[in-house]
Amino acid sequence: MNARVELHGVRKAFQEGRPNAFWAIDGIDLSLPAGGVTVLAGPSGSGKTTLLTLIGCLARPTEGRVRLDGRDISGLPEPFLAALRRQTFGFVFQRFNLIRGLTVLDNVMLPAYPLGTPHRSLTRRATGLLERLGIGNRVDAQVESLSGGEAQRTAIARALINDPAVLIADEPTANLDTALSLAFLDIVSGLRADGRTLLLSSHDPLVREASVVDRVVELRDGRLVADHQGKRGPAG
Amino acid sequence: MTELRRTLARQRYLLDHTVASMTRRRARNLGLLLVYAAMVFLLASVLFYSSALKHEAALLLAEAPDIVVQRMVAGRHALISGQHAQTLRGIRGVRAAEGRLWGYHYDPAVRANYTLLVPPGAGIEPGTAVIGPALARARGAESGDVLGFRGHDGTLRPFQIAAVLPQESALASADLFLVAESDFRALFGIPDGQYTDLALQIPNPREERTVAEKVREALPDSRPILRDEMLRTYDAVFDWRSALVLLPLSGTLLAFAILAWEKASGLSADERREIGILKAIGWETGDVLAMKLWESGLLSLLAFLFGTAAAYWHVFGLSAPLLAPVMQGWSVLYPDFRLTPAIDATQLLALFFLTVLPYLAATLVPVWRAAVTDPDEVMR
Amino acid sequence: MMVQTPILALLLADLLGLLLLIPAGLFALQVLRHWDPSSGHARQLRLEKRTHLVAAILGLVFLAQLLALPLFVHAVDRMALQIVGAMCAVGTLNANPWGLPALLLRIGLFFLAAAWLLMHRMDRRAPDYPLIRAKYGLVLLILPLAVVTAGTQLAFFLQLDPDVITSCCGSLFSQDSESVAAHMAGLPALPTMIALYGTIGLALAAAGVYLRWRRGLLLFGTLAALSFPVAIAAIVAFLSLYVYEHPLHHCPFCLLQPEYGRIGYALYLPLFVATALGIGLAFTSAFAQREGLRAVLARAAPPLVVAAATGLALFAALTAWLSWQSNLILLGY
Repeated sequence: MNARVELHGVRKAFQEGRPNAFWAIDGIDLSLPAGGVTVLAGPSGSGKTTLLTLIGCLARPTEGRVRLDGRDISGLPEPFLAALRRQTFGFVFQRFNLIRGLTVLDNVMLPAYPLGTPHRSLTRRATGLLERLGIGNRVDAQVESLSGGEAQRTAIARALINDPAVLIADEPTANLDTALSLAFLDIVSGLRADGRTLLLSSHDPLVREASVVDRVVELRDGRLVADHQGKRGPAG
Repeated sequence: MTELRRTLARQRYLLDHTVASMTRRRARNLGLLLVYAAMVFLLASVLFYSSALKHEAALLLAEAPDIVVQRMVAGRHALISGQHAQTLRGIRGVRAAEGRLWGYHYDPAVRANYTLLVPPGAGIEPGTAVIGPALARARGAESGDVLGFRGHDGTLRPFQIAAVLPQESALASADLFLVAESDFRALFGIPDGQYTDLALQIPNPREERTVAEKVREALPDSRPILRDEMLRTYDAVFDWRSALVLLPLSGTLLAFAILAWEKASGLSADERREIGILKAIGWETGDVLAMKLWESGLLSLLAFLFGTAAAYWHVFGLSAPLLAPVMQGWSVLYPDFRLTPAIDATQLLALFFLTVLPYLAATLVPVWRAAVTDPDEVMR
Repeated sequence: MMVQTPILALLLADLLGLLLLIPAGLFALQVLRHWDPSSGHARQLRLEKRTHLVAAILGLVFLAQLLALPLFVHAVDRMALQIVGAMCAVGTLNANPWGLPALLLRIGLFFLAAAWLLMHRMDRRAPDYPLIRAKYGLVLLILPLAVVTAGTQLAFFLQLDPDVITSCCGSLFSQDSESVAAHMAGLPALPTMIALYGTIGLALAAAGVYLRWRRGLLLFGTLAALSFPVAIAAIVAFLSLYVYEHPLHHCPFCLLQPEYGRIGYALYLPLFVATALGIGLAFTSAFAQREGLRAVLARAAPPLVVAAATGLALFAALTAWLSWQSNLILLGY
């Protein structure tokens, strides 16, 4: 697993060409080495989530370059970005974004459908992930019936189904109580030990000051204002 | 090979997911399916029916004489002398020329026209008649009963029913009333030696045209009609009729296309969110597009199957109760006949064009619009 | 005009196709002018989204043409019944000057739509949209062709009058109306045979060369595309005669009828597949100067070449078999 992400002069405009246009990300240079846990911190509206979408290939920067292992991915056509979302970046959304009406297992397997993975091995992989995350008993449950913690684990399993090098989580503890937040940090530390790169956005002090965090990057008004080591110290 | 297997597996996953998502929105999809199938049913009924009628007409004409010679007086069909048959027999290429007697009789009792006909050969005893099944039903007559008709001079003439024609001889025989030659002449006051028209037998079809020309020369006041021409005319008339019925239905088609567009573009917030999620977790536009096209395709296929199956049953099982009054129009006595199933692939293909293509075209833009939902939509 | 359901269906299909292709053409102009893959600005993102719509439209046009071809041929064949002197589709097509052009244009449209889709598939696999200009240039070629096809077909149907009896005259009407040419004229049998097997043989050789040395894709595509007119000429010149066992019946359409076991489908299907692939491959390789596309072609083209070559080989084999088992003797020994 190897995924070095570099950003050079990245800017992202919303409502481009309209009177209410604004730059949500306004010139960011950042280098994320492979491995380790990085937290993007900052007040709401500081551009944390937008930056995650740019790194996770959910959107393209209006200007500037995003490189993955030295390769420019900011100008790639949509199918290639989708392939990166599918295989290199796993995304856990703030509100989990599970698809209602489907079971936990179906939700977890969804990102693998476009790959045409054989059904049996895919099911085995999905159940394995769910068991590892401690919700192996909820495989056939409808996602509407899940608790907050179970929904998040389902979302994490979905993000991991294609074995991505980078896992991105947007405000992962926003909807969890302290106990569940700590349990989440446990999962993060397990994934870090796998050698995955983790990128979290959070303004929750519990996350920022967690012992598993290698680095904290602070944003304000779409610009980088601070970049310091986390509790754990430099990665590696 | 593995690439092919992957492609197939991908399509299967997409199809499975589509079916699952369609069943989750059951009510909406069922409603659309119902309207869609009803439209297919309507168009298919018209097509099946007209082709079945064409088929019947072709069967009927297969037994018709090669050339019929009618006499025209002042542009109207008039009686023709039997002596002309002699003249026509002299034309090279004519094997036989016979006078025919037939006509219509209006029966005020059932307010319908019968077709009265003298069958060739001495088939029927004077004073008796053989009647068609529809006529028998309308008059409640059976073999052995007596039916009375008022002739041209006002006298009532009774006919004993010798037999009722079998049901399966279909369309043309339904309103038949077969009588003896002497009875026919007495009923309508047609003098001996005069006929309704003359029927010619020409063994070699290539000579028909030349014979027709010679008939015109020999009998300048006559009109020869070739069987081929009748066949052609019937064919054209039925095509024309079915298209005429279809044309106003194209309004329905348009309305349906608009409905389909509406349904497809009126994505619920839930559905839009779902597509956003799929995009965000790594589905590309092509995947979503394929999924939505599967949805359109499945719906079309189901509607097409249900619609055509129902139309088949309606036309060939029930004899098209909804269409018979518009399409048949031979006489008022609509025969209760079973149409012989006659469908060809061309028709089904045409039907597919008329129904599925507008649906696919109408849903294309809304489907595309849904498919290009930005993956970061779910974050907003 | 003849009013018939298949005619209405074909006219509708053309109308729908045009309704979709006209915006696609306008969009093609925008792409040719403003396309800039390195830009992340809103206009470029909009353009990229539109490319999916154009692909879907071309896909639908292709599907419509694919089904319209047999519908057109069978409908025209059925109409022969209503036209004096016409015995099958050839007679109807000859009933006025628009018939044959309408069919040929339709076939051309089908092949171009197929080629576009193939180019699009290749294009999507390379990260720098190498074929984007070629593709949208082709859309600008397809659109006028679709317009001309629709117009020609409309003219054909509008001028096609059924010879029916009117109340004023009986057979005189038929007598006066001029009889249409019921048959096609064919080329001499032997040279056409040599041309057919020669062209297909060269195409197969080119396929072998490509599969062995990865060279000459353009040549193979061109030869495969060229096989189509030669094959049609061969069907008209000698194959139809062998199948019908009749020395004058040069008809490429009756082969599709059940009387002849619908053998035509077995002949035309591989031929059309091979030709469509050939044209698509020829177009793609003609524009394959960029490195990315070459790599894509190297991976994706071989199975397509195999498929096209198989189609041609099947056609040639079936032709040879039909000629051999026929009771008709065309060539004296």
